[in-house]
Amino acid sequence: MKKFFTSALIRGLLWQAIGWLVGVLFVTGIRVLMGLNPFVTNAYFFTEPAWVFGALVGAISYVASTGAMSDWFKWAKGEEVPEHREDPPGWEKYLNVSLDHKVIGVQYTVTALFLLCVGGLFALIFRTELAHSGLQFLTLQEYNTFMSLHGIVMIIGILIGVAGLMNYLAPMLIGAQDMAFPRLNAFSFWVAPPAVVLLLTTLVFGGFDTGWTGYPPLSERAPLGMQMFFLGVAVAGWASILGGLNLIATVLRMRAKGMTAFRMPIFIWAAIATSLISTTATQLIGLSFQMVMFQRLFGMGFFDSDKGGNPILFQHLFWFYSHPAVYVFVLPGLGIISELIPVFVRKPLFGYRFVAMSSLGIALVGFLVWAHHMFVSGMNPYLRIPFMFSTLLVAVPTGVKFFSWIATIWKGKIEMPTPMLFVVGGIVVFLLGGLSGPPNATVATDLHLQNTYWIVGHFHDTMFGGYIFPFFAALYYWFPKVTARKLNETLGKIHFWLMTPSFLVLTLLMMRVGLLGMRRRVADYDPALGFDTYHLIMTIAAYLIAFSVLIFLINLFISIRRGEKATGNVWNSRSPEWQVPSPMPVHNYDYPFEVVGEPYDYGLPGSVYVKFEDEKSKSH
Amino acid sequence: MRHYIIAGVLVIVLAVATYAGLMAVKLMPVQASAQAVPIDNLWNFELAIISFLFALIIVPLVYSLFVFRRRKGDTSDGEHIEGNNTLEITWTVIPLIIVLILAYMGTYTLGDVLAVDPSAMEVNVTASQWSWRFVYPQGFTATELHLVVNRQVVLNMQSTDVIHSFWVPQFRIKQDVLPGRITNYRITPTLIGTYTAMCAQLCGLKHSYMTAPVVVSSQADYDAWIQGQVAVAAVAAQTPVGRGQQLVTQNGCTSCHSIDGSSTGIAPTWKGLYQSQVKLSIGATVTADEAYLTESILSPSAKIVAGFQDNIMPKTFGTNLTQAQISDILAYIESLK
Repeated sequence: MKKFFTSALIRGLLWQAIGWLVGVLFVTGIRVLMGLNPFVTNAYFFTEPAWVFGALVGAISYVASTGAMSDWFKWAKGEEVPEHREDPPGWEKYLNVSLDHKVIGVQYTVTALFLLCVGGLFALIFRTELAHSGLQFLTLQEYNTFMSLHGIVMIIGILIGVAGLMNYLAPMLIGAQDMAFPRLNAFSFWVAPPAVVLLLTTLVFGGFDTGWTGYPPLSERAPLGMQMFFLGVAVAGWASILGGLNLIATVLRMRAKGMTAFRMPIFIWAAIATSLISTTATQLIGLSFQMVMFQRLFGMGFFDSDKGGNPILFQHLFWFYSHPAVYVFVLPGLGIISELIPVFVRKPLFGYRFVAMSSLGIALVGFLVWAHHMFVSGMNPYLRIPFMFSTLLVAVPTGVKFFSWIATIWKGKIEMPTPMLFVVGGIVVFLLGGLSGPPNATVATDLHLQNTYWIVGHFHDTMFGGYIFPFFAALYYWFPKVTARKLNETLGKIHFWLMTPSFLVLTLLMMRVGLLGMRRRVADYDPALGFDTYHLIMTIAAYLIAFSVLIFLINLFISIRRGEKATGNVWNSRSPEWQVPSPMPVHNYDYPFEVVGEPYDYGLPGSVYVKFEDEKSKSH
Repeated sequence: MRHYIIAGVLVIVLAVATYAGLMAVKLMPVQASAQAVPIDNLWNFELAIISFLFALIIVPLVYSLFVFRRRKGDTSDGEHIEGNNTLEITWTVIPLIIVLILAYMGTYTLGDVLAVDPSAMEVNVTASQWSWRFVYPQGFTATELHLVVNRQVVLNMQSTDVIHSFWVPQFRIKQDVLPGRITNYRITPTLIGTYTAMCAQLCGLKHSYMTAPVVVSSQADYDAWIQGQVAVAAVAAQTPVGRGQQLVTQNGCTSCHSIDGSSTGIAPTWKGLYQSQVKLSIGATVTADEAYLTESILSPSAKIVAGFQDNIMPKTFGTNLTQAQISDILAYIESLK
């Protein structure tokens, strides 16, 4: 227990609180010296600039106190540091700064699971409120805050989960010992916990009622919680930018001998496409939020029409990241689907090069479509036409993925353990998300669909199909690699068969009520619309999904101690990480390997993907 | 070959069944505008494409899961097929053609939707947190939108605070309403009836309740309503209380301040407010005399009533209202005993 309380995770929380207080007092002191009003009469006592500056100091204090930056400080002072730092055995390493990409990958993944559960709980709270028309137990402000927090906590949870998958898998799949910049990798993870704390403190600062999009002028008027939201997103954004940069460097420079571009595991292509987006676009959401922050703090008029600003400018900046961001979420998920299908159907991935290129295609076209979120915003009406064309173009590379998956599965020898169930579920749900997309892209139909529950249903289908289902598939699939034990199959199947139908009911009904006139982001709806029954069913479905996730968590806790032992090649895969015993050694492979074949040549007798150096020396 | 034929037939069956099913369920609300017709036509065409693509993916997927399932005891791998460039190019090019057709149709439909009738009626719309006000050419303001059937209207919309969005589901069109800029909403109602305009862009606390009735009627009924409103306005303009009541409507005050003593939770009621004792958030108690009420209109953050939040009421009335108008509003508040 003592080790828990002295861990970097908990120590950081204390330092964040101290740093926050110091920052608040610092600004308040300056205000006193300048003769400005140091305090306000409302419940927050200190002024907004004081709280915001304090929050920033607190976040930096958290990261500094964990030791994630100490090696850099030592370098700056000219001191030597060891190249590798050994982790202590046992669980403490997961709560402290580690430079091992596998530990960091697990840290990310567990944080992601925590955030997805928190975000899901927020959804359950307001979903319960919506079960019946009229206000039941939430105030309007509470509803808006939970709805907004659900959005952003899920998004940050998914981003961190993406980082977890890429961190854990990428070096192993390409035969590297670690990421290219292990210290940067640790730093990227350790900025996430203070960002999460900032996001959750919005609850005590009056919440924020703008949704995760934070459109001004509404966000200019929202309570103090708005600023904590802006800061939390900005800090979490660092993790995404630096993580993406690290991954690109790793894949470019550290692949095993013989691993040419088209012999990389397909997930690596997806990870590269994702990282290209997150390193180059994340800045824009940070910038747009920072501009509103400055508008509130310093009275700058970027988006204030009274001061010559333009509220639509914010939307352009915001969506320039936030549209590509959905590809940051789904591309790794689709990569997992492409990676797992060949293993479970025992056939090569159909059209490997096309699938690889389609990831890059989606990422690049994804940069040119942002304004389709703004078809009714009042931007130049003629500009909507080119954005309609570019948006519909995304369907082409996405279609290539679907067709290639189907061609891979066709005439395979299909096995259906839990990971494959989630892969198939992901394909079906993502198909519904994809097919409900084109009507939003064609401007005329979007005039009706924009900002309705139809969009909410469409979006949740793309997120679940493109990320959540593959994420679960990946967890069931690689769990033995991490722990040398399997997750329980029966509980896994219950999880799947409870979650999938409930989720389909939930999103299809969302689309149904949306078409009939249900707006999104409303705390209440007119009973005359006749949606009460639909909403009650949706709420029940949401609880069933939550229950299925609870079963998954129970499975996780049981299997980590008592699960079936699985140290070998559990799924009979050709991938290099399964050719060595689980759990993985500290610096991955004891002997480096050379790529001597295609990654997915299932059904080709005598072919192998990788050869380890000691095997070769034996055969000579 | 047998597999391809069975799957091919199933694709056609499922595609037709899906499309027929989607058509049988009434997915869209009643069609009540000329613009809804091309939009619904495009929507139905898209449903046909969606149904086909849905079947094209789902059938081979589900078929494979049943037919190509690994038999017990079989440990061999599947057939070694790495891909087929002709197929890949086919399923790149054909979807490309489909989306280009869709985009082309989308462009044309948008053209139909935006078609301008030069004789269109004009109504100015003001959106505020959380009310809609409609200013008619005759000069009066109402909280209901009255339209003439089969006559195009263009709404010149502007917001006084945050971004709102005007949507009538039966008309199929929505348009954001911005502060500091006018956006247009052009519609030709085709079905007599009463509908609801709703704000479709999250605009803060009472976003859910920011709705307004839209009445589509015959020219004769419309004219009668206009005349009635003009007469009411003329009478009201003669007394301070009447003028105050109109100003309150025009400025959207009563979407937060009730006049019947009920609580909205957002702002204090006006009923019985004048000369009453008001408890403030800082603990003090003041008398709601004319000085207090004037200050509360001009600088709403100066004194906050206990139990209510700051930063909800607009701070723009000092510039938007004249001294005489404020006196009229005070007269109206004083009349609410």
